[in-house]
Amino acid sequence: MTDRKYRVLVAKPGLDGHDRGAKVVAAALRDAGFEVIYTGLHQTPEQIVSTAVQEDVDVVALSILSGAHMTLFPKVLDLLEEEGLDDVLVTGGGIIPEDDIEKLEQRGVGKLFGPGTDTSEAVDYIRTWCEEHRGDGAGRE
Amino acid sequence: MNGVGGGREERGPEPGEEPPAGLLEEFGRGRQRALARAISMVEDETPGFEALLDAVHERVGRARRIGITGPPGAGKSTLTKELARSYRQEGLRVGVIAVDPTSPFSGGALLGDRVRMTELASDRGLFIRSMASRGSLGGLATSTREAADLMDAFGLERVLLETVGVGQSELEIARTADTTAVVLVPESGDGIQAMKAGLNEIADLFVVNKADRPGADRLRKELEIMQRIRGGRDEEIDWEVPVLQTVASEAEGVGELLERLDAHFGRLRESGALEARRTDVRVEQARSVLLRRLERAADSQWEERRDEIRRRLASGEASPYAVAAEMEAAFRREMAAGGDPARS
Repeated sequence: MTDRKYRVLVAKPGLDGHDRGAKVVAAALRDAGFEVIYTGLHQTPEQIVSTAVQEDVDVVALSILSGAHMTLFPKVLDLLEEEGLDDVLVTGGGIIPEDDIEKLEQRGVGKLFGPGTDTSEAVDYIRTWCEEHRGDGAGRE
Repeated sequence: MNGVGGGREERGPEPGEEPPAGLLEEFGRGRQRALARAISMVEDETPGFEALLDAVHERVGRARRIGITGPPGAGKSTLTKELARSYRQEGLRVGVIAVDPTSPFSGGALLGDRVRMTELASDRGLFIRSMASRGSLGGLATSTREAADLMDAFGLERVLLETVGVGQSELEIARTADTTAVVLVPESGDGIQAMKAGLNEIADLFVVNKADRPGADRLRKELEIMQRIRGGRDEEIDWEVPVLQTVASEAEGVGELLERLDAHFGRLRESGALEARRTDVRVEQARSVLLRRLERAADSQWEERRDEIRRRLASGEASPYAVAAEMEAAFRREMAAGGDPARS
């Protein structure tokens, strides 16, 4: 009889100053019944992972528009693994070329979403992942 | 130190299923991940969570708990950050529980208090946990208190509890904290509104934040007058509720706030009220745990017979009262027979 709520960290690493996309996704996840931890702009990978640990999240969703995705995603994955959180889904969105998406997915990053993606697509992906990898899918009201 | 777990045999009934073995061990070793998982277990009521709380209980009671409450936008998060930063500078290990509301429509929540605490986010001596109110007031109080207990048992020395800032949860969290600061801003309205909201019944201190804005002095005076009229004193510990002014974004007035928090805690301790009040809380906690267990047990029986109950109520052959009485009788019989109605 547990009431499992899925928890998602929505973070914005790096130096670019736009967090509209991240906020839209955060609100969409909230409306889909997730508990969303929103941390705002300019997060370092260390801060993101420390937050993921303390908040015990199921998913880390990163928004990266700065072009630094090839360093930021792997760094977050490595730090998560160091903390023993290699079972957390790392996904995200931003302006990321196809080639890079492929490389990152091979590296262990989940699906990545480009500009203009319907937010419901990202939300559905996260929900499906959680239901498959976390618990019995119960507790979603 | 290593008193967690073990020695359970001679202590009578188990408080439910055992928690995952590795978790207590990791918790004892001070791994943040274990504290985080433990808090999730409590929030989700994962089987084993009560045994977990029971196992760490003997380590609870060392942390000082400070409640920070007030209306949305009063600057609670910023003030919480400043307090956390100051305690960290003193070398103390700090926990923060920041509660935000659950959407009654989707059941989801947007927990954004960390936005104002970013600069502290990689400090290993600080553990911040965002909690969603998850609807029920009772649940909020119970699991927030239990999360604070876990932080306390983990060895955090100050636990800052930041409330949602709407509704009755203030009262509940105030009961969980040793000292409660009520934060208001000039825009919050006048002293009478604060009185109507019952804030003077929970405040050990008032903080007028954003005190550089017009109206701050007036609000302060009103609160002081209100305190005099209402007898704003905690007689038991001989404490006059102070009204402080801060500009949290500039860290102004935080030093005085810290002094007053210390002074209040000092009075609590010297007067003996601290132990008495904490015992009151534990008594209330035992009662709410009992009620939660009974409710869970009753619910599981209920779920089993839901379809049958629905049929009988639809056909009009029984009233809701008759059904409830019948369920209760069955429940009692099962308990008397030594069964665990929750497990059947």
